[in-house]
Amino acid sequence: MTQLLHACRALFCVALLTLAQICAAQDSTPDTVQVSPLQDVLQADAALIAKASRKTIGPVIDRIADSGLPAAAGFLSDWQEKNIWQRKADGLFFRGEEVADRLYALRDLDSGLIVGESPKDDLNQLKPNSGVRGLIATALVRFQLSDPDPVTRAEALLAIERRPGAELLAPLRASIAAEPDATLKARKQRIERLLTIGYGQDPADRIAAIRAMPTDLGVDVRAALNPLVATTLTVAQKLPDGANLARILTPGSADLTRLQAYDMLVEANLAPRRATSAEIKTLLADHIEGGQVGGVALIRLSDPQARALAYQALAGQGLLPPLVTDADIDRALAAHVFFETYAEPNADVTAAAELALASIATRVGLNQSLDLGLDAISLASIYFLAAIGLAITFGLMGVINMAHGEFIMMGAYTGYVVQQVIPNHTVSILLAIPLAFAVTFAAGVAMERLVIRHLYHRPLETLLATFGISIALQQLAKNIFGTQARPLTAPDWLDGALVMNDVLAISYIRIAIFVLALIFLAFFLFLMKRTRLGLETRAVTQNPRMAAAMGINPGRVNMLTFGLGSGIAGIAGVAIGLYAKVTSELGADYIVQSFMTVVVGGVGNIWGALLGATMIGGLQKGIEWLNPSNTLAAQTYMIIFIIIFIQFRPRGIIALKGRAAGD
Amino acid sequence: MRKSFIAQNPSILIFLACLALFTLCVTVLSEGAGAGLISTSFIKTLGKTLCLCLVAIAMDLIWGYCGILSLGHFAFFGLGGYMIGMWLMYARTEMIVQNALAQGGIPPTPQEITDGIGSQIFGVVGSSDFPLIWAFADSLTLQLLLVVLVPAVLALVFGWLAFRSRVAGVYLSILTQAMTLALALYLFQNDSGLRGNNGLSGLQNLPGVTAPQALVSMWFFWASALALGLGYLLSAWVISGKFGSVIRGIRDNEARVRFLGYPVESFKLMLFTLTAMIAAIAGALYYPQAGIINPAEIAPIASIYLAVWVAIGGRGRLYGAGLGAAFFSLVSTWFTGGQAPDINLGFYTIQWVDWWQVMLGLSFVLVTLFAPKGIGGLFDLLQRKNDA
Amino acid sequence: MTQMNTLLEVSGVSVSFDGFRAINNLSFQIGPAELRAVIGPNGAGKTTFMDIVTGKTRPDEGRVLFGEKSISLLSMSEARIAQAGVGRKFQKPTVFEDQSVRENLMMALKAPRSWWAVLRFRAAAQDIARVEELAEEVGLRSELDRTAGELSHGQKQWLEIGMLLAQEPRLLLVDEPAAGMTPEERAHTTDLLIEAAKTRAVVVVEHDMEFVRRLNCKVTVLHEGSVLAEGGLDHVTANPQVIDVYLGR
Repeated sequence: MTQLLHACRALFCVALLTLAQICAAQDSTPDTVQVSPLQDVLQADAALIAKASRKTIGPVIDRIADSGLPAAAGFLSDWQEKNIWQRKADGLFFRGEEVADRLYALRDLDSGLIVGESPKDDLNQLKPNSGVRGLIATALVRFQLSDPDPVTRAEALLAIERRPGAELLAPLRASIAAEPDATLKARKQRIERLLTIGYGQDPADRIAAIRAMPTDLGVDVRAALNPLVATTLTVAQKLPDGANLARILTPGSADLTRLQAYDMLVEANLAPRRATSAEIKTLLADHIEGGQVGGVALIRLSDPQARALAYQALAGQGLLPPLVTDADIDRALAAHVFFETYAEPNADVTAAAELALASIATRVGLNQSLDLGLDAISLASIYFLAAIGLAITFGLMGVINMAHGEFIMMGAYTGYVVQQVIPNHTVSILLAIPLAFAVTFAAGVAMERLVIRHLYHRPLETLLATFGISIALQQLAKNIFGTQARPLTAPDWLDGALVMNDVLAISYIRIAIFVLALIFLAFFLFLMKRTRLGLETRAVTQNPRMAAAMGINPGRVNMLTFGLGSGIAGIAGVAIGLYAKVTSELGADYIVQSFMTVVVGGVGNIWGALLGATMIGGLQKGIEWLNPSNTLAAQTYMIIFIIIFIQFRPRGIIALKGRAAGD
Repeated sequence: MRKSFIAQNPSILIFLACLALFTLCVTVLSEGAGAGLISTSFIKTLGKTLCLCLVAIAMDLIWGYCGILSLGHFAFFGLGGYMIGMWLMYARTEMIVQNALAQGGIPPTPQEITDGIGSQIFGVVGSSDFPLIWAFADSLTLQLLLVVLVPAVLALVFGWLAFRSRVAGVYLSILTQAMTLALALYLFQNDSGLRGNNGLSGLQNLPGVTAPQALVSMWFFWASALALGLGYLLSAWVISGKFGSVIRGIRDNEARVRFLGYPVESFKLMLFTLTAMIAAIAGALYYPQAGIINPAEIAPIASIYLAVWVAIGGRGRLYGAGLGAAFFSLVSTWFTGGQAPDINLGFYTIQWVDWWQVMLGLSFVLVTLFAPKGIGGLFDLLQRKNDA
Repeated sequence: MTQMNTLLEVSGVSVSFDGFRAINNLSFQIGPAELRAVIGPNGAGKTTFMDIVTGKTRPDEGRVLFGEKSISLLSMSEARIAQAGVGRKFQKPTVFEDQSVRENLMMALKAPRSWWAVLRFRAAAQDIARVEELAEEVGLRSELDRTAGELSHGQKQWLEIGMLLAQEPRLLLVDEPAAGMTPEERAHTTDLLIEAAKTRAVVVVEHDMEFVRRLNCKVTVLHEGSVLAEGGLDHVTANPQVIDVYLGR
């Protein structure tokens, strides 16, 4: 009946509106009698609108929104933004615009024409509170959902996602059929399903909506489903009728210990409180009389059983409340039933939700393993970057350089200094890479000429001398740059992440590091297999005397090769600096893993270093996944694994065979 | 050839005599037992230095004589400290807890005492349960046994794995470094059962001893001197005879020793384990004097420092290793303690606290390059001049 | 030869490195007191053959049996093989240069080899006497207390031979003992080897034909990892195949 009435009114309004338009077209003078349907609608609830409160305004807003008037949406949004004024004289509503100090031009709500000016004292501004504004906003969404502009429609959908509510379901449903944009339509359907799951009236609809979801990884889907399967643990004398039971718990099981169950009884006032052992001790201490408590010697009270005896003696005298014994607890537990109920009363809905959640969980797990795999690859890239310089100096030349980590650090600090001079991040990073190479190349060459050259054939001494350089460089960095971490900022285009879905995302920096690792691999292969330096390096590492006899200067080749390995460490430093903070200990954090990478992979082989990095990165992420709270433990277990791995492949994954390997 | 090993090598007697004289002088001058010219804190420093000499001698045995550059011996040192620290901390906390609980009038149950100690010790890592590794912490005898057993077993297992697969040279060094890192990282965790990065503290207090710190520190000083003397004697005996020949042979040409029919792996393993045990004893004496032990002490860098002390003191000479350790730990204390005067260059003030590490690092390089035999090598030069 | 007269029996042994067949179906026998020279061009597998017998390299297939009980050497470690009675002298003189001649010989002297026994070992009078006797034999009596590193090249070679004799091996494998020696030193070395072969089996790998001729013993020619010819030196040098692969080039 009321619906019919509404319909009639709407029809009437439309008619009036048409009439108004005709009038306006024929005669646009302001003095003409206005046909103002919106004003009429408003005037019907003028008192409620003027003193709007969240409790009473709902139906009024609905009436305005349902009026179907073209000016309704504009009015609602003006109202929300406090642009509506009521003239005190006749109680009419206008949109007010301040034209001069304390003087407002008034615009008719229906026609949008200025109909007069009033001083501020003659007007009352409508100031809806935030609750009312929220309701208005919800009402506005209905208009926005069918707005001709797709951007507005998308915004409306976003608003719904942020503040889902039962009242939005109907307008959303109504707007789906007429949605012209396929993407928006799909999105509307998805949100409609989510709303249906949460607020739908018909269980069959909700189940259908739930069943349509099992492949959706969105966090919002899980957020919609989870409340349905939320349970509360309750205790009662017997199972209630008609409740949507999740399960019945037995006290003494892993999920509910006897004492937890008893504490629940106490909390529900179904059983007397149980004194804790600390309370018993205090109570007993209150009743010490002549070295005895309840007839038991004080000295014996270090035994819990003696304490129980003493307590029972005191309780028997009525001095203390009776002790709750184990038998009491058992009796109380046996008399009650512990169970979990769903907040959602419909069992079919909860069952469907459980099923959908399980299916989503499987897919989430799958995506997480994929994410883990990507994580492992990016960690492997980092290790590979850190180790590739070592693969040259240690793997190829057999020089153990403990200061390799400090070369990485020097590269990172070079990047930092460049960024201080050149503020543009893109330019500075592009400049930092060759500069870092130059700085560490020079450092490497200097170190080779001054120190390492004199220590070939004395590997253990090389280890010590380079370690000395390492601590000197570290402290030097500390003295120059201080102990706090320095930022090395990535260019904007490296910010953010490639998002696959709510579970899977890869940051662009990680992709960049991966690409950089690939470039290095290609560069290394090219250098070793295709250039003169590579040929000479291989010749010198295999047989220095023979190489010298063939006119190669081994000193020069060693110097250049070492410089190259160090230079690559510098570039790796820039990359690692982007990913981690730049500190004087940056290199030291990677040095052991880098050596492990080379040793595990197999010395003297770049593919070995690659495999080693992959294995160590994968392993570390895998162990972290098994024990996510503890990255320290992951590193510990990884190192232990490597020590055991070396048992079975002492020469690494890719081992050089033959007589050369034996000596 | 039938002379005792001490008679063959006069440096043993000289070293022991110097050590005895030093101990006597310090005792006479000390605050706790003598004239009071040496403060208790410096007695502790000297006692700690003696422990460092002992671990350096162990390092010399394994590296200088057998050629195995172990970067893990400071880990064994630290483990020894942890083992004794567990008893010290447990016993002291037990006394405190017992006293506190006795205030209430009702004597505490054993369970209450255990819970009290647990929450006192493990409160900082958010736990109150005793981990399994503390099972023997209430017994001094057992824990003293563990001081040598735990590092020995670790050395045995690690050494067996490493030597069996014939990992040698720098590879072995890296592997031992990895072992040390793994141990340090493990101890850094809060759920390692050894209080994570808080470590064990309050170790300078002997439970149940009311003597003043001045005297207690003297006891530890004497014990350290005794341990150093005995450790030196043991090491000198081990390297004196054919065993010494064999391990030096392993250092110089492992394959040749193998073809002479010696089971090289078991020699290495035995020496590795023995030196780990000596290191652990040194650590067990060191940390009660330091008062605190935490995982940072075990970090690989500490073991590398140890190697550097031995290198600078002079490898392949027991007294050289001792000298190097003593020299470096004392000089390091002087510089890092802020006692060294800063040098004002006008435009820049050199603060030794900052620059000492740089100098130390460069001095490794210089010693390695120009004095491969270390300070001990200087004595050889002097001796040769006297002979000539 | 009967089984009783064979000290070392190598049969059907093959080994390859990265597809390269260093030893190919090699068979070799030597009696308990015999001197044998093994010759062959570079890469014939002489050193690999020694590596296999002393346990440094494991063959892919074949048998290596040693002693009266014909124990297999294949599953034994280098140290166990040495203890069983196989001594080896390397091409370069490898003595312990940091230690005195006396210490070198004492280390090699036959005695229990376990670490515990070595740790408790103190030289008895007969050990000292034996060391001096050995030093006398190799002509280093007056050098006993000198550091081995100070010795001349030839003296080092003798010291190493002395160490091998001190081990009292039943089989001695000697790799190019005469390399880099003066003619007088060579003569001394030849005498030492011939004397040693009176009580044990000695296998000498040598390039120098003159030296081999002086040893005056049976010769085995290796080529591409297997035996090409065996017999007296004159016999094998007359063999056209040997001339073709070795002497002819």
